Amino acid sequence: MKGYIHSIESFGTVDGPGLRFVVFFQGCPMRCRYCHNPDTWQPNTGTQMTVDEIMAKFLRNKSFYSNGGITVTGGEPLLQIDFLTQLFIRCKKEGIHTCIDTSGITYNPLNADYMAKLDNLMQYTDLVMLDLKHIDDEKHRSLTGHSNKNILEFVKYLDGKKVPVWVRHVVVPTVTDEPEYWDKLGRFMATVSNIKALDVLPYHTMGVKKYEELGIDYPLAGIPAREKELAVQARQAIINGMKAARSKK
Amino acid sequence: MPQMHENWYGFKPATWSTAVNVRSFIKHNYTPYDGDESFLAGPTRNTLDLWLQVRELSKEEIAAGGVLDMDTEVISTITSHGPGYLNKEKETIVGFQTDKPFKRALMPYGGIRMAEKACADNGYKVDEKISEFFSVHRKTHNAGVFDAYTPEMRACRSSHIITGLPDAYGRGRIIGDYRRIALYGIDRLIEDKNEQKATTEKVMSEDNIRLREELSEQIRALQELKKMAASYGFDISQPAKDVKEAIQWTYFGYLAAVKEQNGAAMSLGRTSTFLDIYAKRDLDNGVYTEEQIQEFVDHFIMKLRMVKFARTPEYNALFSGDPQWVTESIGGVGIDGRHMVTKMSYRFLHTLDNLGSSPEPNLTVLWSTQLPENFKRYCAKMSIETSSIQYENDDLMRMTHGDDYAIACCVSSMRVGKEMQFFGARANLAKCLLYAINGGVDEVSRKQVGPKYRAIEGDYLDYNDVMEKYDAMMKWLAEVYVNALNIIHYMHDKYCYEKIQMALHDRDVTRWFATGIAGLSVVADSLSAIKYAKVKIIRDETGFPVEYEVEGDFPKYGNDDDRVDNIAKDIVHRFMEHIRKIPTYRNGIPTTSILTITSNVVYGKATGSTPDGRKRGEAFAPGANPMHRRDTNGAVASMASVAKLPFIDAQDGISNTFSIIPGALGKEDRIFMGDLDIDLDCSTGACATPTLFEGLDAEDAE
Repeated sequence: MKGYIHSIESFGTVDGPGLRFVVFFQGCPMRCRYCHNPDTWQPNTGTQMTVDEIMAKFLRNKSFYSNGGITVTGGEPLLQIDFLTQLFIRCKKEGIHTCIDTSGITYNPLNADYMAKLDNLMQYTDLVMLDLKHIDDEKHRSLTGHSNKNILEFVKYLDGKKVPVWVRHVVVPTVTDEPEYWDKLGRFMATVSNIKALDVLPYHTMGVKKYEELGIDYPLAGIPAREKELAVQARQAIINGMKAARSKK
Repeated sequence: MPQMHENWYGFKPATWSTAVNVRSFIKHNYTPYDGDESFLAGPTRNTLDLWLQVRELSKEEIAAGGVLDMDTEVISTITSHGPGYLNKEKETIVGFQTDKPFKRALMPYGGIRMAEKACADNGYKVDEKISEFFSVHRKTHNAGVFDAYTPEMRACRSSHIITGLPDAYGRGRIIGDYRRIALYGIDRLIEDKNEQKATTEKVMSEDNIRLREELSEQIRALQELKKMAASYGFDISQPAKDVKEAIQWTYFGYLAAVKEQNGAAMSLGRTSTFLDIYAKRDLDNGVYTEEQIQEFVDHFIMKLRMVKFARTPEYNALFSGDPQWVTESIGGVGIDGRHMVTKMSYRFLHTLDNLGSSPEPNLTVLWSTQLPENFKRYCAKMSIETSSIQYENDDLMRMTHGDDYAIACCVSSMRVGKEMQFFGARANLAKCLLYAINGGVDEVSRKQVGPKYRAIEGDYLDYNDVMEKYDAMMKWLAEVYVNALNIIHYMHDKYCYEKIQMALHDRDVTRWFATGIAGLSVVADSLSAIKYAKVKIIRDETGFPVEYEVEGDFPKYGNDDDRVDNIAKDIVHRFMEHIRKIPTYRNGIPTTSILTITSNVVYGKATGSTPDGRKRGEAFAPGANPMHRRDTNGAVASMASVAKLPFIDAQDGISNTFSIIPGALGKEDRIFMGDLDIDLDCSTGACATPTLFEGLDAEDAE
């Protein structure tokens, strides 16, 4: 079995704990307006690689990742859940820390077959980094083209499985910069006990060039990359919301 | 028990107290420091005042076009100039190359034309009598070399297949053991040299005559050094009695070297742990406070930042700036297993805080996995703040050089006072590949520079055919190259001998005969393209290859792909094997380096299009780096490729230039909630995912 891989980054420093070997999966159902990897959208393209091939690349420089591990991202890695599961089974055999960077969009509690696969995969998953795009369902739809309902369910599912989660949230001026929703996000986060870290990412425009190369109009044209001040504010607001909700308990 | 000098009070005697042996002194007397940086002292008022003065002078120098003042009348020697000061009242460590700061000295022994040009290019004119003297009456290194060069060597030089040869400028790369002056005082060192001279062989072979002449020169240089120090009011005939004197004595030795030689790299050595022994003794005895000691160090480093040479714009283009390579090697681990980090290691790095960051002196940490955790953290912190620290692999170099080696220039390692290097610039292996294809004809000048071997015919390059021809061409190149270097070093010894630096060496030194390689990644990718893709030769109307068209993809060096990385390894090994077969001047031990840190641009400019798809004139990658943008698997894969290069074949150093924006090195703690540092203490690595609420509590406590 082969996976469709966009690329591999051997020196991932921001995608999970420690130094990460980052595998970018090809294909994503989301069309987030601020996406900086539009080149990973198209499924069934990219380089086809086997688990062995990926593991060989990892293992030859294994010592670099002794405090880190493997992170799969993309694209949406859960689109290729069968391949991903095989990869993680091998990783756990080798004692490698595994992390999925996902939007949670593929989560579907009504699909029993999928849920069985997900249950299986979670046995081999040490950490999920969940990119929560927007806490408000309407806004989420307009930002990504999808409802966030299943994504929030996914967090609860992970809580039930006791899989640790790092929440990621990108702060974009005019799109996700309303304190009201930051607070709401924090309050949601307080409802589960598996969220171990919050990573607020300031919006950047480094993806613009890729859009040009792919001939796609850039949806956020004109919005400047923001200094991290906005992200610092957002982080504080989210944490305040979380604390407020917790203290009521 | 040997007689201990009174200034050695409190020191533990050992081999060092009866024979000149600084390493023994360090081993028996230094105190490893495992603590953190909290003991460090900030700059004193005087330090800030002096540094402001230096910054003002720097501004003036830049405004004046790069040079503030040049000596055009006095030939620089150890004693040529009277004392110079910034502000005598405030300086605790003194001494300049000429009689005032920022005035560049006149050093014609390397070559009078270079000295004249360096002046002329900056709007000065060398005194006519001096020009005449060095053109008519006294030969220079440069004149000697060109008397002996063959036409073939000259052709290689002007076509840039061998570039940057130290035939018109000082070769540098020699590190005097300046610490000896502080530990023993000049008189003892002269006594030692007299003893060395008295015990040479009796048969007057050419080697022995040269040795005896050199020892006499060394003794004279030591006497001059004593005089120079006296002009600043110091008697350095006896050992230094405290840390201030130890720094000053050491600096005087270095100063004498940079008064005498305008070398391509004038490195300092490995002084910090040595000096810490004095600092600790003074602290323990209440002689000086931490603040005073830091002030001495700050003033010492300030002086090292003000070392200047008269150089031409071409020289500066080759080296991308006006570097002195005042490299100081810090830290490392002893062969007894104790790390060699001391408080003085911190004090040296702390000058980057007290005086601000600076490329000089080139503070180089000899990195080992066994360095204490606190020091590692401090280095990381200072690197993030200043980007001014160089790191080198002590675990690798200690195997060859033991635990008292230092780095000359950027990566050349040598035992201090026991080994020296004949610096040898580099051979352009990418151009050599084109010579192999073109039958020895230079692709730029179209002159027959190399041997007239059969050129490659046909439209496509065949791997085996190219490799066979390339190997033959490398063999030729190695021969011309090493023999040119033989001439250079013979003449440098004869006409521009490094008297004071060699006076601070043992008599019987090991000489490393350095060579170098430029364009390795271009060659590796070219050969990979020929092997794994198809490379078509595009010829001009005369049939001469001018461009190469690559059809298909090929593995590129820098992606941890053995198919091409093994080619790079093989090329280094082959070239080194060719080098090893050629006899060297003074039985120098051949080494090579892959470290064009800056001159890769110049080498690329002089080289035609290559079979990897690189266009004529495009820069090479620096050192052993993969070509720009061809490493597409991230830094670990890229560095893994470089790390495969055999150190045993490139003992003079392999460099990989790597820059990264701080944001790409990890999360910023202001926006990432959850303390990643917790991972460091986790025995099973990433298992201990930090909890959000730990982070929250910590924040509340603030």
